[in-house]
Amino acid sequence: MTHVSIDLTVNGRAVRETVQARMTLVDFVRERLDLTGTHVGCAHGVCGACLVLIDGVAARSCVMLAASADGRAVETIEGLSERGATRNLAEAFTRHGGLQCGFCTPGILVAAHALLAETTRPTRDGIREALAGHICRCTGYEPIVDAVADAAAGRQDAGP
Amino acid sequence: MTGSRAVPGLRWPRLLAGRGRYVGDLAVRGMREVAFLRSPFAHATIRTIDCAAARGLPGIDAVLTHADLAHVVRPFRGTNALFETLVAPEQTALASSHVRHVGEPMALVVGDSRAACEDAVEAIEWDVDPLPVVSDPERAVSADAPCLHVAAPDNVCLAMEASSAGVDETFATAETIIDATFRFARHTGVPMEPRSLIASFDPSDGALSVLHSHQCPAAMQQAFAALLDLPAHRIDITCPDVGGAFGIKQQLYADELAVVATSILLGRPLRFLADRLESMASDIQARHHVVYARLGAASDGSLVALDVDDLLAIGPYSQYPRTSVGEGRALLTCTAAPYRVPEARARSRAVFTNLGMAGHYRGVGHPIATAVTEGLMEEAARRLGVDRLAFRRRHLRSVDDGPQRTALGPTFEPLRYAACLDALAAAIPTSDLEVWRDRVRASGALAGFGYAVFIEMTARGPAFYGDGGAEISTRDGCFVRLEPSGAVRVNASVTEQGQGVETAVAQVVADTVGIALSDVAIVTGETANTTHGGGTWASRSLASGGHAAFQAARTLRAEILSLAAALLQCGPETLDIIGGSIVDRDDSNERMTLKQLAAVCHFRPHQLPAGRQPALEAVASFGPTDAPFRAGCGVQLSAVEVDPDTGVVRLVRHAVAHDCGAIANPLFVDGQLKGGIAQGLGAALWEELVYDDQGQLLSGSLADYKVPTALEIPDIQIVHLPAGAAEEDPDTPPRFVGVGEAGTAGAPAAVMNAINDALAPRGAKLFQMPATPERVLQALGAARG
Repeated sequence: MTHVSIDLTVNGRAVRETVQARMTLVDFVRERLDLTGTHVGCAHGVCGACLVLIDGVAARSCVMLAASADGRAVETIEGLSERGATRNLAEAFTRHGGLQCGFCTPGILVAAHALLAETTRPTRDGIREALAGHICRCTGYEPIVDAVADAAAGRQDAGP
Repeated sequence: MTGSRAVPGLRWPRLLAGRGRYVGDLAVRGMREVAFLRSPFAHATIRTIDCAAARGLPGIDAVLTHADLAHVVRPFRGTNALFETLVAPEQTALASSHVRHVGEPMALVVGDSRAACEDAVEAIEWDVDPLPVVSDPERAVSADAPCLHVAAPDNVCLAMEASSAGVDETFATAETIIDATFRFARHTGVPMEPRSLIASFDPSDGALSVLHSHQCPAAMQQAFAALLDLPAHRIDITCPDVGGAFGIKQQLYADELAVVATSILLGRPLRFLADRLESMASDIQARHHVVYARLGAASDGSLVALDVDDLLAIGPYSQYPRTSVGEGRALLTCTAAPYRVPEARARSRAVFTNLGMAGHYRGVGHPIATAVTEGLMEEAARRLGVDRLAFRRRHLRSVDDGPQRTALGPTFEPLRYAACLDALAAAIPTSDLEVWRDRVRASGALAGFGYAVFIEMTARGPAFYGDGGAEISTRDGCFVRLEPSGAVRVNASVTEQGQGVETAVAQVVADTVGIALSDVAIVTGETANTTHGGGTWASRSLASGGHAAFQAARTLRAEILSLAAALLQCGPETLDIIGGSIVDRDDSNERMTLKQLAAVCHFRPHQLPAGRQPALEAVASFGPTDAPFRAGCGVQLSAVEVDPDTGVVRLVRHAVAHDCGAIANPLFVDGQLKGGIAQGLGAALWEELVYDDQGQLLSGSLADYKVPTALEIPDIQIVHLPAGAAEEDPDTPPRFVGVGEAGTAGAPAAVMNAINDALAPRGAKLFQMPATPERVLQALGAARG
């Protein structure tokens, strides 16, 4: 089995590990780094539960190899949450019931965070478009869209 | 006394921070991973399974087949004593001589990583002799169909019928007969967290501990005890965070049983995390029906007779321990339940196929019964040239009629169907919809709207499983105790998969005792720490668990007031508990805090009157026994646009008017309605487990099995009927009715009716779900001739 050494930062922390070349990024952050907030819902890039930020850009960690994250900066839901980046999103999800079982939620929060980093004035359709790569089986999406819209409004109020 | 408050879920802060504790996030020291060799053939005789090469691979601890497990785990059969003629063939944890569906587990690999296990699966050498395949329900009952089991030469698992006396005579004299064949695709629930468990057997003390992504831990305790020859009290099942379930995590699965058996054999913890492909092939499947139905009307336009003939494609076995005939049984109960129809007959045949295992998915049978009934009602109104809502109102059962026995036999308590219809029509006037429809039609597109009246049977009593011989509880319990801090700890047998029952039970306790919700800590889903209870199925858990919580909290409250009265030398009736303080009932002045009282009771009980032993704990359990179920009802509305060139159906709006009685937490009730409707919309338009004629699953990924996303599901308008005044009495337990089935029950019917309303100007009809573009175009093409 081929192994590779990788050097990257995860949630701001330098990480140096040797991994099997075939190891996916999501398995790496979950099994090696115990960052289990990033979930595996389908393992083929459809459901979005595994979404993370790589150099600030949202990416599906189940269809990406750990080796290809070499030299990059990975941020997971734990990192975003701990530095407060998803706080007002989390508060809005709480107000609107934007989650039930919570399994898809970290991926959706990462996507919403990426959207609001682009614009704090998304349209409702724009929010739906931004979340189209995620499957939530519990909520019917409307409470999630409400929550993201509410969080966006909060960020407008807070100023640029 | 319980108020209705939109309280957020108690687990949400953790889940939003990425600190969920799903089975896949947990580890037990020494734990190994598991993967299965699953049958790639839908029907075959097993010749050989040679594991030698696989066993020698690095990182592999064991590779097991049926022969290795047979002395540890019993075979099982999904029987129910109420159905003497039900054929329940024997099933084994790992396939023994035959495989009968793609995905059936043939061998189990234990190793140090899932990847290593999957490598070893590839190295297992096996050979089978393929057998002819039954891949659809009509084929199953055709004259020359291959046979799955010697015990069922006609492939029929169970045939059921309910009928009044004069159905045929009434149809013979009916003025108008409306008939249609309704086709429903096979579905599965697709919880986003796939099935998973960690089984740890300790051979030194014979104790089995299972961390299980499951709805019914107590039922699993009974099942594992029965099938693994272990004393049930040596088995602990714990459900941590569960990432959705929808009925899919309600059953015993052969693969999960094999994992537990292997843990016993090896004496070490094993973790099995199903991946999505094996979930699609091996999770419970449902909804696969072909229904021929007809409705008879007299010359005055009144309904006189209904006849429904259902063919239900189950899998190759009757599901243990609940059977696979629940959908047919629900069909026999709730078809046409909202309406006065003097004569009715319903037949259902559950037939074996070489498709995946079939059983219960959210709404069990309701969506089928509603789509058939409501499809016929709208078709009848169209044929008779009468208004659809007026036609329904004319035949709806009235609350004023009291409990009524339907022509199919069951008796239903009075339900507020008409009030729901009126509320929906008031919120969204038909005239507005007609204006919208005319405008769209004028532009050359197709548009329509449709309704569906539905019944929702929740909180089942013990008659079916209890009398049927299945060890499945319809009760739930609640244990409450006052801590020295003045907080209350709750251990409840309900289970949480996101629907919010855990939070609602905590609310009931907080409100009933008189403390803040933040002063309640609750544990659920742990057989070791709760009473034996039913867990989650059939929208039952707040009806039973909420009632039990109320009773336990009332008992604790009475004891607290009695103890406080003894200390304060007054009558307990002069005191109240508000916000964690013991106050004078008259003026709400604080006499002491709950914490002060608890400290006396826990640490200085000698200050109490001589001999008084404080009872700071209370337990209660409850299960409805007065009726087969509690029913809710409602009406859904769907409006769609249909592109005549592409066949694409776009959902324009969706609404529901609903009556579920007392609402503990509107955030969760609305969540259940919207989430259930989204699943029903998926059923109507996209979701389909496609198998080819060799029983090969062609939609085994989420790229192929289309679960709707935020782009497809519209915002959903909800109209609640207010609950009756009876809920205000503080001494009366809240009477909760479930709400989890409503969405899936009514949404598909409403969408199909909207589509048919849109197609009607072209003379086209469609009674097949999902209404894919291809099927819509075929319907339009057939109408053109």
